[in-house]
Amino acid sequence: MAKEKSDLVYGTLDMLILKALQHGPRHGLEIADRIQQMSKEILRVEQGSLYPALYRLEAQGWVRAEWDVSENNRKARYYKLTAAGRKQLVAETEHWSRITRGIDLVLSAT
Amino acid sequence: MAEEIQQHLDRLTERNIAAGMSPKAARAAALREFGGVQQIKEIAREQRVWMWPDQFWQDLRFGARMLWRTPGFSILAILCLTLGIGTNAAVFSWIEGILIRPYPLVAHQGRMFALAGTTRGAERGGLSYPDFVDLEKNSTLFESFIIDRIVGTTLSVGDRAERASGGLVSANYFDALGVQPMLGRGFRPEEGTGRNAHPVTVISYLTWKDRYKNDPEIVGKTQYMNGIQHTIIGVAPEKFHGTFIGYSFNFWAPTSMQEAFDSTGYKMEDRGARWIEGYAFLKPGVTQQQAQAELDSIAQRLENDYPETNRGRGVQILPLWKTPFNQAGNMSQTLGITMAVVFLVLLIACANVSNLLLARSLLRRHEMTMRLALGAGRGRLLKQLVTEGLLLSLIAAAGGIAVAYWCRNALVLAFPSSVPGLVVDYPGQIDWRVLVVSAAICILATLVFALVPAIHASHVDLSGALKTEGSGVLGGTGRSRLRSALVLVQVSLSFVLLAGTGLLLQSLAKMRNANPGFSTDVIVSVTDLFSAGYNLERAKIFHTQLLDRVRTLPGVESATLNRVNPFSYKVYSSAPLEIDGYQPAPNEQPTSEYNEVAEDYFATIGIPIVSGREFARTDDERSPPVAIINETMAAKYWPGKNPLGQRLKVKDRWMEIVGIAKNANYRTKLEPPGPFFYVPLRQNFGVQNSLLIRTREKPGAIMNALAREVHALDPNLAPLPASPLQEQIDEMSYSQRLAVTLVSIFGAMALFLAAIGLYAMMSYAVSQSTRELGLRMALGARVTDLLRLVMSRGLVLTAGGVLLGAIVALGLTRLMGNLLYKVSPRDPLAFGVAFVVMTIVALIACFLPAWRATRIDPVRALWV
Repeated sequence: MAKEKSDLVYGTLDMLILKALQHGPRHGLEIADRIQQMSKEILRVEQGSLYPALYRLEAQGWVRAEWDVSENNRKARYYKLTAAGRKQLVAETEHWSRITRGIDLVLSAT
Repeated sequence: MAEEIQQHLDRLTERNIAAGMSPKAARAAALREFGGVQQIKEIAREQRVWMWPDQFWQDLRFGARMLWRTPGFSILAILCLTLGIGTNAAVFSWIEGILIRPYPLVAHQGRMFALAGTTRGAERGGLSYPDFVDLEKNSTLFESFIIDRIVGTTLSVGDRAERASGGLVSANYFDALGVQPMLGRGFRPEEGTGRNAHPVTVISYLTWKDRYKNDPEIVGKTQYMNGIQHTIIGVAPEKFHGTFIGYSFNFWAPTSMQEAFDSTGYKMEDRGARWIEGYAFLKPGVTQQQAQAELDSIAQRLENDYPETNRGRGVQILPLWKTPFNQAGNMSQTLGITMAVVFLVLLIACANVSNLLLARSLLRRHEMTMRLALGAGRGRLLKQLVTEGLLLSLIAAAGGIAVAYWCRNALVLAFPSSVPGLVVDYPGQIDWRVLVVSAAICILATLVFALVPAIHASHVDLSGALKTEGSGVLGGTGRSRLRSALVLVQVSLSFVLLAGTGLLLQSLAKMRNANPGFSTDVIVSVTDLFSAGYNLERAKIFHTQLLDRVRTLPGVESATLNRVNPFSYKVYSSAPLEIDGYQPAPNEQPTSEYNEVAEDYFATIGIPIVSGREFARTDDERSPPVAIINETMAAKYWPGKNPLGQRLKVKDRWMEIVGIAKNANYRTKLEPPGPFFYVPLRQNFGVQNSLLIRTREKPGAIMNALAREVHALDPNLAPLPASPLQEQIDEMSYSQRLAVTLVSIFGAMALFLAAIGLYAMMSYAVSQSTRELGLRMALGARVTDLLRLVMSRGLVLTAGGVLLGAIVALGLTRLMGNLLYKVSPRDPLAFGVAFVVMTIVALIACFLPAWRATRIDPVRALWV
């Protein structure tokens, strides 16, 4: 299984993580899987880079983390969206759609 | 974090295994998928919230390793700081335990104020019982008022008899304080009133333990106090010593028993009899100003309603540490000065550690340079050094608090314990406030001693520092200038303390040697007739017979009686006067204190009669009343006239003045001369008197003969131990002696620390300039040249420090005014001695390193 370079546009990982957490808490691997699944396997998160991003989000107060027991009775650190994180997600989503619309317009101009 | 990543990897591995890989391959694939684990950890760490504590922990561990590697430095630094922080914590715990929160079991000490009566706004005294009741009735801002008046008695159980002190208290005393007796109960409201109606008492834990051997059935038993059988209704808890700063009480009795305990003859219902001392509790949220305003208006009303007793009288509340009727006043000044002194000790200790750190930073220059070169920020370096400092002071603070804990009751050691019946009680208290202050001191100290060297060290010049160098002794680099400044500060601070100690010592000596106006080797002995239940008639017969017997004892030159011994805790009689031919100014009421003395008093105690005659045995009830006045009184009321034959009206009796006595001290040697007079005991007999004996014999020898005579007169009586008047005088000067003891101890500490500082700096300088010194030797410098070279720098610093210290001391010693007796705050002798001591210590501290410098082997010094 050859590892592909991350296809992510710089600075979008945070937004994707927030999105992945939209419907309830998940641990690290679940977040990675969820992003992959939501993007229909187009986007692959480099597993390692997930953690610096998670800690950053935690420091910002957008996610909260706590240890819990996972599906097969193993310990895992679960991340949960905070109210501030939810707001941030909305803001980033809006920002992102404006940018992409703009880029679309530029690229489709003749 | 490590665990979280581990979990993640495990899951990936499992997934790979499920997909059909071998465990090993699955693990490898998982790792690949994840990326560089260590790298990611490092990046992630930087993102975390707790980045700072992480670094702090790292610094702390590194700091601990550094301290461990240089144990000599660490121990010295920690010792210096422990001394500094420990002394401060100890003194603060004394201030807390003695002045700020003296009564640990009392719930709301913050709202507790001393209650004092004032005369014409100034002079503080007591309140009368009717005034007190009116305060209670008419005030709205107070939760409660309590009475607590110190009284004494002789307690006897079986064949033992000893003096005991206690409080005459209002019935609400224990309830208002929130103190629950350990056994039995406190007083009931009705027990406070009615004359002699309720002979009940609550005894202290110590009395219960020592006298009654922890008797669990004590409640309901009785004890004789002042001839009256009192029922013990309760035992106070162990930590409750009463509410009198300085002494621990043995018992409490309700105010209804006032007559039994008060030998001054004050009546409870008399509005002019101001015997009450007490406290007031404010309601929550009421300020001292508001409460005082209410008291003022009540006092104003009382003044209007009862002009003849209350004219010019007011009521004042004061914070506990200013309580006028216990030892708070003496202690607050002494402890205030001590606090200032230990703060100086702390500064000196900090300067020492600062100096040590500077010296070490030179040794660590290589490390610092390396770290900077490898990209550490200067801020990071600074943080590292301050953390190391903090580590030092934390260890020292722990040690310091241990020192404070160990010293918390040490103040009592400075007190003589020979006053029978008074248990001296000066407890320090270590509570959270003391801990907070110690922590603050610790952090402050760290900033003082660690920041300067740290800033210095972090400013390493990269290019210059990588070259090794041998610095010169006399070179004026920034670092050595800084170190010199620190030593200068130390020397000047210790000079200040030395000068202060000198002044106090000199004042104490002067005070001891000052003549109080009477001979201090007269022996005093009391037989407590009051407690034994004697009435006036029996007491009169007893004293007359005893005096006759004592006068015939071998070795006795003369003997007499007086009601109040000079320099004792008892109060002289005092009365408003009317004086023949003296017209008082409007608003002036001549009053004076006086003493009741028997014939031969002046000959026995050694106060010369300037003119007229001494009292005679014939000055008794059958002859006309007479008085002897002192010189000040004569000059004040009969200026330019001869008072002999003039008259004086005291308590409705005209007395003829038959003699003028030389002035003496009556209470302390510090008192200003004032009017005073004497009346014959036989015309003013009281139950309780003490015997004064002039003799060449030792007190012990007299004591045996005296005990025999007393026993012959009444087999149930025994005299209390006899002692020379000098002992009482020494007791009254204890606050001066305590100040001297404390300032001497801390002054010696400061001197020692400064000497270490000087010595350390000099030896360090010598060790750093081995090459230069070796070179000078090789070029032919003689031993004396080297000595002069090395020592001159230390001595120049000392001279500068002494000069600076002298200037500061001249400003500061003026604050000691009240503690100094006939010594000017700029006394040349004290300053001279301080100068000499400082110089000698500096010479020794500088000579040792200098001498070592002369032993340098030039060949080896130049080798490298």
